[in-house]
Amino acid sequence: MIKSKLMLSMLRHLRGMGHRMIERTWRLGAGARLFFLAIVYSGESFKRFHLTLREIYFTGVMSLLIIIVSAFFVGMVLALQGYNTLQKYGSSEAIGVLVALALVRELGPVVTALLFAGRAGTAITAEIGLMKTTEQLSAMEMMAVNPIARVVAPRFWAGVISMPILASIFSMVGILGGYLVAVPLIGVDDGAFWSQMQANVDFSADIVNGVIKSLVFGVVCTMIALFEGFDAPPTAEGVSRATTRTVVISSLTVLGLDFILTSFMLVV
Amino acid sequence: MTSNIVEIDNLSFGYKGRLLHKGINMVFPRGKVIAIMGGSGSGKTTLLRLIGGQIKPSHGEVRVDGDVVHKQDREGIYTLRRKMGMLFQHGALFTDLSVFDNVAFPMRELTDLPEAMIRDLVLMKLNAVGLRGAHQFMPAELSGGMARRVALARAIALDPAIIMYDEPFAGLDPISMGVICALIRSLNDALGATSIIVSHDVKETFLIADYVYFVANGEVAAEGTPDDLMQSKLPFVHQFVHGDKDGPVPFHYPAADYRSELLQASSGQKG
Repeated sequence: MIKSKLMLSMLRHLRGMGHRMIERTWRLGAGARLFFLAIVYSGESFKRFHLTLREIYFTGVMSLLIIIVSAFFVGMVLALQGYNTLQKYGSSEAIGVLVALALVRELGPVVTALLFAGRAGTAITAEIGLMKTTEQLSAMEMMAVNPIARVVAPRFWAGVISMPILASIFSMVGILGGYLVAVPLIGVDDGAFWSQMQANVDFSADIVNGVIKSLVFGVVCTMIALFEGFDAPPTAEGVSRATTRTVVISSLTVLGLDFILTSFMLVV
Repeated sequence: MTSNIVEIDNLSFGYKGRLLHKGINMVFPRGKVIAIMGGSGSGKTTLLRLIGGQIKPSHGEVRVDGDVVHKQDREGIYTLRRKMGMLFQHGALFTDLSVFDNVAFPMRELTDLPEAMIRDLVLMKLNAVGLRGAHQFMPAELSGGMARRVALARAIALDPAIIMYDEPFAGLDPISMGVICALIRSLNDALGATSIIVSHDVKETFLIADYVYFVANGEVAAEGTPDDLMQSKLPFVHQFVHGDKDGPVPFHYPAADYRSELLQASSGQKG
């Protein structure tokens, strides 16, 4: 009796796992399909660039404040922590290099992507989810207007264009924050701060790789936000869950992808 | 050119193992106002979605202007949809666009008309629904009835041959209901279009419809002119038209015996 109950519970568990696996594989396929369609129907986004520009304003420009404020504090903390360690080895002048490399290579693209997912990604998911709930997407379909060309593609390209720009701004403002702490506050030499940075930050190995990372994160974060909105069940609870999933999946994907990209970049 | 702009032929549709429509036949002659009526969940809105090609039938076919809808590719479906206008139950206005831009939306998306002409056309459409003066408002600033009228102006923006209405009277006050009712008839006649109304509001629908189909249990339970149906002795039609509490459509959803269920619950609590 107990044995058969145990068997039944194990079977139920296995069935649940199988169901979740199938659902996740289906979602991955549906997401890839949406990505493919967004690329195919991108012509309209460039032909009528004002549609994409409008979305760049909402995803990029409206994210500027959170990016600038975060970058400023991240840069300041980096300078404080970096100085604390570097001065033990008598190389506190290298603080500029440390701040710049940490920001340009890693923190700029990664933190920008995480903030983007929390600010712009959730907005995209909620907007599209609500458009679905209020039948706006169906209305568009019934007017013979393709929602992927009109709604998805402009938002996709807006995210892809905005992310590297936001990451660059993040790195620049972070360096400024680091400078303000290192030079006027701690008293590191001004010339040493900038000259060491200039000598040790490589354009292709550091800056270009950082831009490549932010481009990849732009594609991934925007696509996750778009798919979650498009796939959200048309209820208040469905939209709320989709918005949460956007942040969780985007954050984990960005952190995982960062490790993979960094590994490739260091090997190559 | 066939005399019927829409024909539904032996149509069956189901999902998740449940058959919603079982061999439905309907015709929608040009220039007429045809109503599809039935209780909630009888699949009336699904019929509109089948006509619009948003879903495919399990069996049978829907023909719009002679073309079988579910056999069309995406381009073919879009070509057919350019002949249709649809008023959604809650309007489905684009919340980020003004009233003017909502009505201009299909013109800007589907035509190459100059902006000056679009402006004139939008004002004409809004004037037809009595809301020319509200063109600068955002959808959030409109009442339910006004939103429905703006959605109607948008649905007729490109002078469609078929106008579909999904529950156009639901949730409206009596004045707005009367206005929408009169607009459906007058716009249909002015545009020479065919209107398909899905509704369960008997009084308003019977006032403007030329012909009515009653859908129940996945089939066409009755059909005829509003006068025929008012006189109908069919139990279902009688109950629906006169709003009787009990009849072929029972008041209670099928359930276990009331007394034994209550006793079972209380004994379960004791245990």
